[in-house]
Amino acid sequence: MSAEDILISVRGLRTQFGDHVVHDDLDLDIRRGEILGVVGGSGTGKTVMMNAILGLMTPAAGEIRLNGRLFSEMSAAERRRVDSRWGVLFQNGALFTSLNVLENVMAPLREHVDMPISLMEEIAGMKIGLAGLQPEAATRFPAELSGGMRKRVALARALALDPEILFLDEPTAGLDPIGAAAFDSLVLELSRALGLTIMMITHDLDSLYAICDRVAVLADKRVEVVAPLRELLDHPHPWIQEYFHGPRGRAALAGKEI
Amino acid sequence: MRGETVITADPAGLTVREDGGRTVLAPSGDWLVDTVGVQDAAIRAVEENSEPGDIVIDLDGLGRIDTAGAYLLGRATRRCSQPDGDIHYRGDHPTARRLIEEVRSRTTICQPAREPVFGFMGAMARIGAGLEAAWLEAVSTMAFFGRTVTTGLRMAAQPWRFRLTPTVWAMEEVGVNALPIIAVLSFFIGAVVAYMGANLLRSVGFSVFTVELVGIAVLREFGVLITAIMLAGRSDSAFTASIGAMKMQQEIDAMRVLGLDPYEALVMPRVVACVLMAPLLTFGAMISGIFGGMLVAWSAQDISPTLFITRFHSELDWNHFWVGMSKAPVFGLVVAIIGCRQGMEVRGDVESLGRRVTASVVQSIFAVIVLEALFAMMYLELGI
Repeated sequence: MSAEDILISVRGLRTQFGDHVVHDDLDLDIRRGEILGVVGGSGTGKTVMMNAILGLMTPAAGEIRLNGRLFSEMSAAERRRVDSRWGVLFQNGALFTSLNVLENVMAPLREHVDMPISLMEEIAGMKIGLAGLQPEAATRFPAELSGGMRKRVALARALALDPEILFLDEPTAGLDPIGAAAFDSLVLELSRALGLTIMMITHDLDSLYAICDRVAVLADKRVEVVAPLRELLDHPHPWIQEYFHGPRGRAALAGKEI
Repeated sequence: MRGETVITADPAGLTVREDGGRTVLAPSGDWLVDTVGVQDAAIRAVEENSEPGDIVIDLDGLGRIDTAGAYLLGRATRRCSQPDGDIHYRGDHPTARRLIEEVRSRTTICQPAREPVFGFMGAMARIGAGLEAAWLEAVSTMAFFGRTVTTGLRMAAQPWRFRLTPTVWAMEEVGVNALPIIAVLSFFIGAVVAYMGANLLRSVGFSVFTVELVGIAVLREFGVLITAIMLAGRSDSAFTASIGAMKMQQEIDAMRVLGLDPYEALVMPRVVACVLMAPLLTFGAMISGIFGGMLVAWSAQDISPTLFITRFHSELDWNHFWVGMSKAPVFGLVVAIIGCRQGMEVRGDVESLGRRVTASVVQSIFAVIVLEALFAMMYLELGI
């Protein structure tokens, strides 16, 4: 494949908190238009890697490029434009608790886009519907929502600016299986219709089987392997074997009948 | 698209033409969230002036489109009974039609929020709501007070339920750590009182009465008042914030299901600590305030420390000291109760935490000043 198809490339990433090294010499490529699943045991630094790519934390070493441009060399204005082109769903939703659902989804629109307020409200309402929420939810506050609804609001907010890149941190954790399946099909539909590039941290094996084009496995402080799921199943790394061939892995596999 | 970090978009264009009795919308350029804002009015005009069944969208000239653009284009035909029918589309576009249909099928119309009422009625309604809220607040503070007292009585009957470690920790926080700032403040207050008195008393030739002035003012009022206000600003806000944060993280709920009574585990240690430490802090404040007054009397009026102390002993009654001291535990109790109660009232959102901390400080200072006035009246009537 050509270098041009790579949207985000991470090279030699090293992150650490004090003496505790989370990643060491980590490489990862995210291709344009793919859905990349990220798996790894608890504490292997999946979220930390996402934060490093998003620029929320400064890595100790390594470079991160978007379309071949180094993040560290971008001007503030350029960073701001980039920020408006990606959407992030944080693990706990990270909704603004003082704003209601509609205002939460409108927040990125207000910040980055010039359009009439009434249209903003309509578009925010559309995103709320797109994320699978009922219209009654629009005027409620995050504290009044269930965990699953909060996830959906967070997705609606992440989608508000029609981003080109979507980062999802455990989007289906805490959703019921039906809701999770609907979420998967929504993500797949959006990525196909809009040509989205998606990086999705997940433990949901069904999601991995259903929608991910490739899966990156984090182990031993780096990305052990990135490959389509089919190829991963035969990878000799013990954690990967345990993960995909443990009882849950087998159940998900049987359900999918690959 | 390739090689650039950010793709620049062409502005969204729209031409509307009549074609054989049908209204043809021909969008051009990129219909993206950044660009479609300007076309809102144009689409609305089409919606209002054309029969929804006669609207045709010509996709040939359309560039890129995202869900915002798809929503706006789809809105034109939304009111038609068959919004996705072939009659509405003309021309070819790789994704537009599918996206428009997808977006429309998932769109839900949100009800606009209730408009606030303005004018005279609105003002009256707000005043009424404010009064009712103040009344309910007072009632529920009293309820909390009652609950704390019953918890305290139960603990008195079952002393092994008392939690010593958190109480001692709270005493350190509330008492020991607060002593320096309270002593410094009280020192300055004592000095200021001495200065004010010095000028006034010298003009009538009774400089030496500065001793009584400082003594009475600091012992009766300022020592305990400074302590109470510092407790309210320092410890009370900390109580509200810490209990409120625990409430937000569902820690209080976790305690309840584990069979721990949060009143026993969280409220009582703080209340006990405040009630015990307030008199000690007040004592410290008194000493420091008198010391401040003494230094000023010495430097500004040549009243030597020996004379100051001798006169202090001979002229001032112990009653002044006890009046000040008697108020301290009451203020400590009130401050602790208000702080803990506001913490328990915190809901899930960050806003409520901030609001409750503010309310807690304001209410406790208010309560302290009001009680101070009541005490003054009471002791005046009693002639102490």
